Amino acid sequence: MSTGPVNPITLERPPLSDTLRKHSPVIMLGTLLLINAIFTSNFFTIDIVWLIIIQCATIILTGMGQTMVIATGGIDISIGSQMALAAVVCAHMLPYGILPAVIAAILACAVMGLISGFMVGKLNVSPMVVTLSMLLFARGVAQVLNDGRILYIDQYKNFEFLGQGKILGELPMQIIPIVIVVAVVYFIIEKTAWGRRIQAVGDNPTAARLTGINATWTIISAYVFSAMFAAVAGLVLVSKVGAADGSNMGRLAELDAIAAVAVGGTSMAGGRAKVMGTLLGAIVMQLITITVVMNNIQYEYAQILKSAIIIFAVFIQRESRA
Amino acid sequence: MQQEYLLEMRGIDKAFTGVKALTNVDFSVKRGEVHALMGENGAGKSTLIKVLTGIYHKDAGTIIFDGQEIAPKTALAAQALGISTIYQELNLVPFQTVYENIYMGREPRTPIGTIDRRKMIHDAREVLEGMGISIDVQEPLRQYSTAIQQMVAIARALTINAKLVVMDEPTSSLDAKEVEVLFAVIRRLREQGIAIIFISHRLSEIFEICERVTVLRNGELAGVFNVDELDTQTLVNCMLGRAFTSAQRNKGAYAFEDAEELARLESVSWNVRLNGIGVDIKKGEIVGLAGLLGSGRTELCNILFGAEPPDDGSIFWLDQPGDIRSPRDAIRLGMGYCTEDRKVEGLFLHLSVKDNLTMAMLPQLTKNGVVQKKKQDAIVQQYIDRLSIKTPSSEQLVRYLSGGNQQKVLLARWMCMNPKLIILDEPTRGIDVGAKAEIESLIQEFSAAGISVLMISSEMEELVRNCDRIVVMRDGKKLGELTDEQISMDDIMDTISHGASEILTAKEDERT
Repeated sequence: MSTGPVNPITLERPPLSDTLRKHSPVIMLGTLLLINAIFTSNFFTIDIVWLIIIQCATIILTGMGQTMVIATGGIDISIGSQMALAAVVCAHMLPYGILPAVIAAILACAVMGLISGFMVGKLNVSPMVVTLSMLLFARGVAQVLNDGRILYIDQYKNFEFLGQGKILGELPMQIIPIVIVVAVVYFIIEKTAWGRRIQAVGDNPTAARLTGINATWTIISAYVFSAMFAAVAGLVLVSKVGAADGSNMGRLAELDAIAAVAVGGTSMAGGRAKVMGTLLGAIVMQLITITVVMNNIQYEYAQILKSAIIIFAVFIQRESRA
Repeated sequence: MQQEYLLEMRGIDKAFTGVKALTNVDFSVKRGEVHALMGENGAGKSTLIKVLTGIYHKDAGTIIFDGQEIAPKTALAAQALGISTIYQELNLVPFQTVYENIYMGREPRTPIGTIDRRKMIHDAREVLEGMGISIDVQEPLRQYSTAIQQMVAIARALTINAKLVVMDEPTSSLDAKEVEVLFAVIRRLREQGIAIIFISHRLSEIFEICERVTVLRNGELAGVFNVDELDTQTLVNCMLGRAFTSAQRNKGAYAFEDAEELARLESVSWNVRLNGIGVDIKKGEIVGLAGLLGSGRTELCNILFGAEPPDDGSIFWLDQPGDIRSPRDAIRLGMGYCTEDRKVEGLFLHLSVKDNLTMAMLPQLTKNGVVQKKKQDAIVQQYIDRLSIKTPSSEQLVRYLSGGNQQKVLLARWMCMNPKLIILDEPTRGIDVGAKAEIESLIQEFSAAGISVLMISSEMEELVRNCDRIVVMRDGKKLGELTDEQISMDDIMDTISHGASEILTAKEDERT
């Protein structure tokens, strides 16, 4: 049979590399855990699990929305600002009660998402430009509302429970929004017609339209949900910190979210949403930080490591040109 | 001394992870001949060409080119040896000028090392004129038609001193007139002693332009013929390895005279592409749209399907004014549309066969927004079986399917909707003979089941074989309609040219 050299450009990918590609987030997570098992003392303790849950919460929550937006072929770089806006709105509304505050924060962000989605889906403006403007706009609104100061909310003990509380003994409260949001997004993407449409629009907008899909609403819905999940992330964060800082809260959060999506295997060009991939991707991102910190390496190195992991993840998931 | 054969490939073997793609294939091309390489999809044509052009490396066998044994490691190395390929999807840069495209990557330099544009422009013009093409080489490439772009690709090959030019389905996106231009160029190249390997699914072209044919089947050599000793039936049988009969519409008298009308377009105008055209489709009728590229056939379908709003004119559905403002409206009325370019406008390449097949049907498959998996799986399996779609599973990504099977998935997407009208734009383009026959017989089944079909094909034979009535178009106008015994290739061509001469006389009248 064949004795010649294996050609790298064959379209028929060997099954091994296919499997590798498919499970790359799991493999990366496994590798990180292995490295920690060897080099990090006291790594496998239950406290680390709680730490991961608490620290991952914002990346997972924003990553879920980002997965939906990226699957439509777009990108949402405004989510850090959305978090800040949600935090500030919430802080202002807390005197009227926790529920009104939470609802107002989520609604405020939903409106922002509606605006972004409308510009992208209806007016066909580039998602990068639209959400870059939204990044400035939402941040600006948050700062104006706060008048440039930091609002402390530590008198609302009940609200702080959302970010600092424990349930069932030791389990951090963050697990609840994480489980709900991940389950909701997984359900949308995998089980509903809407989820199929999100991916269809991202894969081939022209074909989607000719198949009778309302691409405009599909795109708008993704941005609205992305903004709403960012709002939830902002609420979790503000209750954990106990203060709403319109100027700095959530800065660069979009980068972690996008990185989690990329590492998770969702196609950056749109079309293929990997919800569980994003979940793993978010954990991988946070685990890098934890690993670096626990080994007494300067935090700055974590960033270098993260960048390498992102590039590596996208590299092995790249598609052969058919 | 020159050998008779420019290229001799002997005993070529090639396997991909254990699957044999080529087994002991011999293939030789004489100097200055046009040699057709034929075979169904998956027969090994592309693999053989890729071995020749250095994209794949052979496992066994020898390649002798111009008297020397060669083993090109890359496409660039093959090019340097004098083997150039004109790919199906042209790899040119549309936003750059014609001359920049011709010399891309090897621009001539001035003595001080800058790019010598004057020489490039001059030489580019000369090469193209040598091919009988005179265009402004300083215009961006995208200004020109696909045919001209292909000529530019050929010109590029010539400037690399190609001795052998491989053309992989060069005619698949050309209309009849453009094919003539291409053939004229091919004949010129032949006179200059350049050999051409010509790959095409259109049999008539093989007989028109080629001298010899090599047929591959399942990765093995199935036969080598001189074209003047060959007839269509023998060639097709050799490709399929079995006797083959194509679907043929029963050419009796026109049976739809009194049939109920399904859809009607009245004096529709759009942009400059459609000028007050009217077309009607009866229930269960197969209507063909014939005409050259740019005659407005696709635009007509787009308007009927609601993908573009007409500037003027109206659409009637079952004799009622049709309120078709988007494809969604058209789908609701019972239309389905398989577009011209499967990959660009039809398929979701990164999604599965299942998702592709049921995308339009999702509203019927969902309950409270949730896709009913059992129902979906049943429908998908039913159509995979019924159309014998070759796929390992319904979860397979549609991009890994062959062209014919992709087209079947698209047909199934609309079939499962129980449509009243299916619009097919070039339904068999780039599909091998076997799958083509299957799709043609499906079209007949539609009609038998009372589904109307509106189809476009650049292959006149296909329209002649399948249609009850053919509407001949030119410049967005209807030149005439052909029914029953009038339907033949000659009649279509006659109508196109007759109409054309009429238009010409009209113009001359205006001048005088």
